[in-house]
Amino acid sequence: MDDLMLNQFLLLSAILFSTGVYGVLAKRNAVIVLMSIELILNAVNINLVAFGAHNGTIAGSVFALFVIAVAAAEVGVGLAMVLVIYRNRKSVDLDEVAQMKG
Amino acid sequence: MLAVLAQVSDFVAPNIDFHAFGPELALVGALVAVLVVDVIKPDGNNPFLSSIAGLGVLGALIPVITLATDGADRFLFDGAYVVDNFSLVLKALFLVSGYVVILMSTNYIAEGDYAEGEYYILLLSSLIGMTLMASARDLITVFIALELLSIPAYMLAGWRKRDLIGNEAGVKYYLMGVFASAVLLYGMSLLFGVAGDTRLTEIGQAIAGGAGETALITLAIVFVVVGFAFKVSAVPFHTWAPDVYEGAPTPITAFLAVASKAAGFVALLQVIYLAFPGRDDVIQPLMWVLAAATMTIGNLIALRQTNVVRLLAYSGVAQAGFILAPLSVASELSLQAVITYLVIYAAMNLGAFAAVIGIARKTRSAEITSFGGLFEYAPGLTVILSLFLFSLAGIPPLGGWLAKFVVFRALADANTASGYVMGAIVAVNSVIALYYYANVAREMWMKPVPDGDRSPVVVPFSIGAALALTVVATMAFGVSNLATRLGDQATFLAF
Repeated sequence: MDDLMLNQFLLLSAILFSTGVYGVLAKRNAVIVLMSIELILNAVNINLVAFGAHNGTIAGSVFALFVIAVAAAEVGVGLAMVLVIYRNRKSVDLDEVAQMKG
Repeated sequence: MLAVLAQVSDFVAPNIDFHAFGPELALVGALVAVLVVDVIKPDGNNPFLSSIAGLGVLGALIPVITLATDGADRFLFDGAYVVDNFSLVLKALFLVSGYVVILMSTNYIAEGDYAEGEYYILLLSSLIGMTLMASARDLITVFIALELLSIPAYMLAGWRKRDLIGNEAGVKYYLMGVFASAVLLYGMSLLFGVAGDTRLTEIGQAIAGGAGETALITLAIVFVVVGFAFKVSAVPFHTWAPDVYEGAPTPITAFLAVASKAAGFVALLQVIYLAFPGRDDVIQPLMWVLAAATMTIGNLIALRQTNVVRLLAYSGVAQAGFILAPLSVASELSLQAVITYLVIYAAMNLGAFAAVIGIARKTRSAEITSFGGLFEYAPGLTVILSLFLFSLAGIPPLGGWLAKFVVFRALADANTASGYVMGAIVAVNSVIALYYYANVAREMWMKPVPDGDRSPVVVPFSIGAALALTVVATMAFGVSNLATRLGDQATFLAF
């Protein structure tokens, strides 16, 4: 893969990463925050596969496979937690999950 | 793409050295045993579960000892997984800390109304992640170890699932944790792109001495450090710590404050000393600012805490600053200082939490005022908790002073202006910390009992054993050179 092609992939990845960071910091709905974290992880995957193809090594694709598998495990735990909160509060608004202070 | 796929056909299955995986295999065995026993006898309290978990963790120490007496460094999977003295010292630290946490959990979890089996399974899988982390010398291995130790910890933090405070602890830890690891991964992907290899030493060679694109490398280093700074609760990534510590079951709080934090430092040491050694110009100022902010802000907020667990949380933030301080000069001596500090910190902080668990069995609260007049009805626990608090403050001859001493020695040895200024900041912060530690001691020794209830505190055997272990370790580390010798052993990172 030549440099110009690589730059396009890196740009796409940077845009996805920034969108994800904005979503995590600005959105208050727990499910949307989880989706934003997925956006960041997919930005990482694009980076890894593009760099791997650019450098001619398979390590990038292997790393991306690991990231995909771990992301699935993480989201499983995250949705379970959101479900528990919904059962106890009937809402998934993160601003309301703030009893402890100091 | 075809060129990449062509590499697949060259694949040869690597030779696996099972002795090198001994500790992890023993932990997996214990995990499966807990699972099977829990399935066979699912309901009610099962006293075997904690015993199996505890014996499994002690059993995992045996291969650590045989590997240490064997002495040879072992390199697996092209150097992605290394068993050397550094990793063995830290595996032993994680396993002993895990054993003490299991001792603290035995009564605490059995008396709660949540399932015991899952608790020990999650605790053991988090421990497996930590022992893997000590040997990880490759970006993929570091990432997998980090997630293996974090994901069970998220669930343990939210363990009290019908309690709103427990939910809050779990979801805060989870969201901030996955956000930090996502940022860390983005940094790792940039590092992989610059170096073209995932092994830490190869990355170190590729980016040393101004090679590669400086802006991109700086961004990658900052992202990677941010990811681990969350794990070690460094300011400004510490905001989860107090709430999670308060909402999680107290033995898990101790686990997060000691073992999980140590794992974050291990990962940080590995990337700093193997992947970024040629980039001191980026790492040293970054560590300087992180360390100074972490200890100062942690201490100042700790001053106005009224709950012992939250106080220990902010004191843990401040202690993380002390541990980061020697990395601001990043020499061989500072690697030894960090390991020594982690070993001593584990003993005294686990002890402090064990004492708080023991006392809270009677007071039913962790408010500092509820500890008033403790000396009148629980003199033993009062003396022990005071001992740990003064050790955390760094009063000789308890272990904590040696930890502070090695930090000062590493900073002075660098003989630079920034090193001396950092030393002065550490000194001022040690004095501030003494105030809030002594404040808890004053409440216990001098104040009257708040509700007049002077019935003695019943300490169960397992908490007594945890206290005995940590007291002996804290005293021994203060008067002998045991901890610094462990630190010396660990200074050589093989690659």
